[in-house]
Amino acid sequence: MKAYLTRRYRFSASHRLHCHSMSEDENRSVYGKCNNPHGHGHNYFLEVTVAGPVDPKTGMVCNLADLDGFVNNKIVQRYDRENLNTLAEFSTAVPTTENLCIEVYNILDSGFHYAKVEKVRMEETMLNSFEYAGGREVRR
Amino acid sequence: MVYLTRKAEFSAAHYYHNPEFSAEENQRIFGKCSNLNGHGHNYTLEVTVKGEVDARSGFVVDLKELKDVMHREVIDAMDHRFLNKEIAEFRDRIPTTENIAISIWNRLKPKLRVAQIHRVRLYETPDLFVDYYGEA
Repeated sequence: MKAYLTRRYRFSASHRLHCHSMSEDENRSVYGKCNNPHGHGHNYFLEVTVAGPVDPKTGMVCNLADLDGFVNNKIVQRYDRENLNTLAEFSTAVPTTENLCIEVYNILDSGFHYAKVEKVRMEETMLNSFEYAGGREVRR
Repeated sequence: MVYLTRKAEFSAAHYYHNPEFSAEENQRIFGKCSNLNGHGHNYTLEVTVKGEVDARSGFVVDLKELKDVMHREVIDAMDHRFLNKEIAEFRDRIPTTENIAISIWNRLKPKLRVAQIHRVRLYETPDLFVDYYGEA
């Protein structure tokens, strides 16, 4: 029986939305306040959904300790209390929450092997959130 | 097609233990959750049903009926219970969030005649939940 398990994590980081191939005026017009040269920050909430058959011996899709260990080591520690613009993955890509979502999905998809990574959902603020399922339709 | 979700809450005790595993294996795999004295959670259940909106009533489902079925089949049975000891299906199956969600689906599915059940979502804590769509 296939089930979907979702775990919620949090981290805080700063960023500035600025695209190098746009003019200063264009950047200001596209990103507005988010283009402030000094940056700003968010408390991000990250939801990781893994899916798979429930192991009859453990009753689990995957061991939560393995998922927590991976996400805390590879994602939360990487991004918490950082300026996203200073990180290699955002040297050219703009650190929007869309791009952050895709980055986090890819870290999980390539490195977490105890269950299939179904979806990543990220809340940038209480008013907006983003979801990425590796290009697949998001299951509702 | 319209989807309707109804929430309910229940509180219950459980522990994780597989008698086929050694004491060390149970401790390694289930950690603190393997304490045989049990521990508890405030569970939040979300049941989503789907269907066409009835032209006369404007309803996908009679909410009272959905609420009654959820309470009769799930809440009355599991609220303030020790799942391992008092719920038949958990005598030989570990009451993980995954298995409780599946059990809730199996309890509701045959009783919900008026609308089609789409999803059972069960929160063990605000930071952990399981979705089950009846997939094999």
